[in-house]
Amino acid sequence: MDFTFTQDQTMMADVARDLLDAECPVSSLRALSAAGEARDAARWRKIVDLGLLGVLVPEAAGGLGLAEIDLVLIAEHCGYFGLPEPLVDTAGIALPLLAALPDVPRAAEALERTLAGESTVAIGHPGNPFVLDADAAGAILLPVDGALHLVDRADAKLTAQPSIDPFRKLFRVEAEPSAATLIADAEAAAPLLTQVFNRGALFAAAQLLGLARRSNDLAVAYAGERTQFGKPIGAYQAIKHHLATVQVKIEFARPVVYAAAAISPASGLHEEARISHAKLAAGEAADLSARTAVQVHGAMGYSWEVDVHYFLKRTLALSGAWGTPNDHRKRAAARVFGAPVGPEHTFTRGAAHG
Amino acid sequence: MNLDYTPEQQAFRADIRAWLEANVPAAPLPSFDASRAGFEAHRAWERTLNDGRWGMVTWPTNYGGRGLDLIEWLIFEEEYYRAGAPLRVNQNGIFLLGPTLMEYGTPEQRARFLPAMANGEEIWAQAWSEPQAGSDLAAIRSKAVREGDDYVLSGHKIWSSRAAFADWGFGLFRTDPASERHKGLSLILFPLDAPGVRRQPIPQINGEIGFAELFLDEVRVPAFNRLGEEGQGWAVCMATAGFERGLMLRSPARFQVAAHMLVELYKRHQHEVDGTVRAAVVQAWMDADAYALSIYATASRLRAGGHIGAEASVNKIFWSEMDIALQRTALAILGARAELLPVAPDAGDVDGWLDSYLFSLAGPIYAGTNEIQRNIIAERMLGLPRA
Ligand SMILES: Cc1cc2nc3c(=O)[nH]c(=O)nc-3n(C[C@H](O)[C@H](O)[C@H](O)COP(=O)(O)OP(=O)(O)OC[C@H]3O[C@@H](n4cnc5c(N)ncnc54)[C@H](O)[C@@H]3O)c2cc1C
Repeated sequence: MDFTFTQDQTMMADVARDLLDAECPVSSLRALSAAGEARDAARWRKIVDLGLLGVLVPEAAGGLGLAEIDLVLIAEHCGYFGLPEPLVDTAGIALPLLAALPDVPRAAEALERTLAGESTVAIGHPGNPFVLDADAAGAILLPVDGALHLVDRADAKLTAQPSIDPFRKLFRVEAEPSAATLIADAEAAAPLLTQVFNRGALFAAAQLLGLARRSNDLAVAYAGERTQFGKPIGAYQAIKHHLATVQVKIEFARPVVYAAAAISPASGLHEEARISHAKLAAGEAADLSARTAVQVHGAMGYSWEVDVHYFLKRTLALSGAWGTPNDHRKRAAARVFGAPVGPEHTFTRGAAHG
Repeated sequence: MNLDYTPEQQAFRADIRAWLEANVPAAPLPSFDASRAGFEAHRAWERTLNDGRWGMVTWPTNYGGRGLDLIEWLIFEEEYYRAGAPLRVNQNGIFLLGPTLMEYGTPEQRARFLPAMANGEEIWAQAWSEPQAGSDLAAIRSKAVREGDDYVLSGHKIWSSRAAFADWGFGLFRTDPASERHKGLSLILFPLDAPGVRRQPIPQINGEIGFAELFLDEVRVPAFNRLGEEGQGWAVCMATAGFERGLMLRSPARFQVAAHMLVELYKRHQHEVDGTVRAAVVQAWMDADAYALSIYATASRLRAGGHIGAEASVNKIFWSEMDIALQRTALAILGARAELLPVAPDAGDVDGWLDSYLFSLAGPIYAGTNEIQRNIIAERMLGLPRA
């Protein structure tokens, strides 16, 4: 029992953080959105070159052969910096899925091209009504009647569903599945789709944790700068207590997210409940943090001019993606009412679904 | 990161579980706040625990402990609460003063106080608060005047938990009469039956005498009873407060067991309540587990040489607010019976929920109010300007 990250884990996360810190300032988000773009090709190239996409891909397939716990801090940083490019979905969801199908040439080829940075794969899942970044992807994972297909973007009909988050390009995707596009039949696809959903929820939770921290950092910084009645507003107790309350939420989402990552990718009743718990806790922290940041900034917080809104919008988007709070409360309830509870069960694993 | 118990940790869990099964009294002990008899029954239990070397597993073996680490302490606590074992009447001693003695005490002081603390011979009360010094603890006026090898204590302490029946008190006294605020204070230990000590029991919200007022009129104690340097009392006292808020005061198992009981209560009554109650039950489980995960993370960090800082304040806010939410959910399930005392003929399964609910309301007050904790988080963790 050791609930600390290894040095390797923190070092790798620090490298990712430093890259994002240098390459993903809010000014770059501003410039992208002003240009109506959702991705920065140069930044994506740097991310690819760092080798981060293959964290969850086995070494034999060209990846690092690591686990969710090794990616969770990186996903948290992506949330913190509001990264527009699909590092989390690619490294955390799409590639480990493709890597699970080593004998399917179509999947192996997509894996290789994505790892090399030549293309990306967008992910359709019954848990999400829309597909993110489908327009920019080379191929789209599409579940049809329980089976899993990988369709070329060119063969799919995309209907844009504009989002409040300028960097989330969402689409309704329609395509004709065929024997040629099939990569896993229903029986093989079922456990894979479960993993996709769990990873999606886990890494959304990690990003939400990062977003929660970012919004509070912005608010704390502003509270130290802005003066009213002759004092920094951060000297007023009402402001202090708002920000402290957010900090409490953050501190008690953090270990839940990390614990969920540490017991992934198993997908029993306990693991799924912990992932759902993480998504709920991080989502609530991020939501409170973003709203508090708006309030602490006053009218500035309601303006386009100030950075807060980018993080508020991503928070809103990720709160509903990969399972709504309602979906996740149901999974937590399934564990609470379906398996023994009590202090000796904090780390219990592996129970099958009831 | 590895979230599995080692075989040794599992064996340790099995050991303590077996011992508790054999030793925990079948019927709950009478409250230690309600009567001298209840208090003494709890003292006897402390001796039983100590005889089994289960009093404080993290203590060194020469003081009756097992020299184990904080993860094992958490496992102990889990089994302890799971078994429904008695509340620790000497918690202020073993959880708070004990660790402080080990850090600041001389070898002679440790030898004098720790064994008697461990076996329950001496039960301890904290005496920080004064009528004019609550949240603003540095405003204390009680003084200790040095006379030869003695200190002479005078002043007025209040809200001292369990002091109505306890044997010893520890608290802050002003040793430098010219000093102000945090300076010139010393931490001094004094027997509650010493000449010049008058205790006035104070009934709590439930009518039991859970705390007392202490009037000290020229109480003479040897200077040996000062813990830490003269004038350094504030720093020593903050070390105690850090332990209290941070880790030892409320172990996660307490809330996880409460959440378990809440789940059982809900299952019995689920057809009488609506979906919001069900959601609150699930939330109680999540919050109790989140608290446990956080404390495991802290324990892992401390074991690796880290220190506990302002996150002690974060913990205190979280558990106290979670507890209130949990208890309120239980009352919501009990509905019209929530107001019944357990003695009411038709009380059914009201059990101890009402009492626990009332006690949960004290959580945001004692050990430093949650408003003060929020100030600490804002100023020390977030770096916001002082008012
Ligand atoms: C069950 C229980 C057990 C206790 N046991 C002990 C014990 O064993 N030993 C001991 O010494 N004491 C004990 N106490 C006392 C406890 O430490 C004090 O109650 C606590 O420190 C608050 O002090 P106070 O009651 O004087 O409230 P006050 O300080 O008068 O506070 C009243 C209200 O004002 C708020 N307030 C005060 N100052 C500020 C500020 N600067 N900013 C914002 N809000 C503020 C408080 O948060 C609170 O809501 C116990 C209390 C309880 C309820």
